[in-house]
Amino acid sequence: MTSTTTGRLPAAALPDERGRFGQFGGTYAPVTLLPAIEELRAAYDAARRDPEFQAELEHLLATYVGRPTALYYAESLSREIGGAQIYLKREDLAHTGAHKINNALGQGLLAKRMGKPRVIAETGAGQHGVATATVCAMLGLECVVYMGEVDIARQSLNVFRMKLLGAEVRPVGTGSRTLKDAMNEAIRDWVTNVETTYYLIGSVAGMHPYPMMVRDFQSVIGRETRRQIIEQAGRLPDAVVACVGGGSNAMGIFHPFIDDPDVELHGAEAAGLGIETGKHAATLSAGRVGVLHGSRSYVLQDDDGQIIEAHSIAAGLDYPGVGPEHSYLKDTGRATYHPVTDAEALEGFKLLCRTEGIIPALESAHAVALGARLAADRSPDDIIVINLSGRGDKDMHTVAEALGVAL
Amino acid sequence: METKTGSRIAATFARLREAGETGVCPYVTVGFPELDTVGRVGPALVAGGAAMIELGIPFSDPLADGATVQHSSHVALTNGVTVATCLDAARDLRHKGVDVPLIFMGYFNPLLSYGLERFAAACAEVGADGVIVPDLPPDESGDLREALQRHGLDLIFMLAPTSTDAQIAAVARQASGFIYCVSLTGVTGARDRLSQQLPGFIARVRRHTDLPLVVGFGISTPEHVKEAGKLAEAVAVGSAVVKRLGETPRERQPDEMEAFIRYLRGA
Repeated sequence: MTSTTTGRLPAAALPDERGRFGQFGGTYAPVTLLPAIEELRAAYDAARRDPEFQAELEHLLATYVGRPTALYYAESLSREIGGAQIYLKREDLAHTGAHKINNALGQGLLAKRMGKPRVIAETGAGQHGVATATVCAMLGLECVVYMGEVDIARQSLNVFRMKLLGAEVRPVGTGSRTLKDAMNEAIRDWVTNVETTYYLIGSVAGMHPYPMMVRDFQSVIGRETRRQIIEQAGRLPDAVVACVGGGSNAMGIFHPFIDDPDVELHGAEAAGLGIETGKHAATLSAGRVGVLHGSRSYVLQDDDGQIIEAHSIAAGLDYPGVGPEHSYLKDTGRATYHPVTDAEALEGFKLLCRTEGIIPALESAHAVALGARLAADRSPDDIIVINLSGRGDKDMHTVAEALGVAL
Repeated sequence: METKTGSRIAATFARLREAGETGVCPYVTVGFPELDTVGRVGPALVAGGAAMIELGIPFSDPLADGATVQHSSHVALTNGVTVATCLDAARDLRHKGVDVPLIFMGYFNPLLSYGLERFAAACAEVGADGVIVPDLPPDESGDLREALQRHGLDLIFMLAPTSTDAQIAAVARQASGFIYCVSLTGVTGARDRLSQQLPGFIARVRRHTDLPLVVGFGISTPEHVKEAGKLAEAVAVGSAVVKRLGETPRERQPDEMEAFIRYLRGA
């Protein structure tokens, strides 16, 4: 396939060798890190072509992570909405309860292959931190996780899980004390300990090759979904819906469908208290193009280029940047990104609990809310797949508080 | 690329060479601890013998900086500092007769937001000489470098002990003014001693360039200056200056800065 009418390149052609998705992406990193980044690119390039590495990854995805995860036809939810037929890709059933393990496992194996004994990670909701700690425990790697103090307070269960798994959780008290600041601190650690340390980024953000590599490891979601929906419904879906913070679960399910022009791609961004309040994390809807954490992408920033603190009820979406490939999909019109408020996400959360007996993560609840909204306007012959990126156990305290319930 | 003859940067290094001195280049975050601090202490830094002044443009997410500069950036932003404020600070120093090279040091996003061409033109207008961007490696620097060149300024490149020979060679081909050599593998901030990697690293850089070298990160004492001075033409002192500024009462800051630069120079 050649470029489409919008000038978009086929999915497999991006990024280019400089890590660019159109104008987005690249390597905006302190010079100290450049050799490590080159080493990582070379190591990943070799690993992705190595049948042994791929076989080990597939084996562990099957036996340790529990893949393939189910694609579930949500009949009650579909009936309740009364529009399109809704299917749920059950990443919440993966080991550790979210899609994050797909990438953590891939990169963990890569760290081991590169001979790096120490792994560092940043985490927001704690799902990526838990996934990284899990993989490090299994592979025998030292693990340090940076986490903002605000997130530590609202995700205490995941902090405890990480510690049980043998990871050291380092609180980050600078800036907004959330995911962006955890990422700053992880990069500072990497700059300082670059020779021994592997930085295991949890989203499709950061400098090249991370946006490409994390996407590749997460694309297993979309590849399975494609196969499963054809098996179950006999055709491709009309739309795929996923939540977008940094955007790894969305890139993972979108990517294998990018070259199918009839499959709509919809991202749910966290609109927090509403875009008009300024308290949101809707980077693609309300940001400007800038550079944050190593790549050029849409960024929430003020008139002077200072990064604005994001807000979302879902810690995993509470990030003022977004993966560069999402910026590219937005600008080329291939994907559409919609704001979903905290309140709408809570409605989506309750809806799924009530109709399907599935408690979603608050992040995934944004996708549920958007999926329900889109499904309502569609014919019953249409098919929508929602990526249920994680389960909601970690969010019980937050949801109880939001609903005014004392636990 | 050669240092432009006739530029303030070239003249400064020529003077240092003639005097057999190691240049001391203090870094101050514009707007720390107060909005007018740089304008008040700049002339004192020169009186103390500063070879150049680095003017830090604060950023909300300074990922190459340690705690001291992070804190100063945060305070500066709270004080309302913008890119325009930083340009005004440089203009103000020139009006006050400061004639040493003024080098802006700041992260890429605020410059991108301001507009690279607009920023380069403004730098020339206010009398700045060069720009250092810690998160802009050579491969991504084309637009800013060209804009600065159009206006007669140098984009100052950085190298680190981890830099490969190929990366050093690539920087040497594009650099002008001087090369900023990061003394250690880490973020900014005072350290007890200089990295043992430094002599070998500087020797590798020298094999690729005749440009003057400035060593920075972790330099805070006259002993550091003396030791680094055996290897490089000048040193940059950031966190130690910023920390002292933050701890000194307002009225004593100019005298303290003049004395501190003299002390670092061993004068």
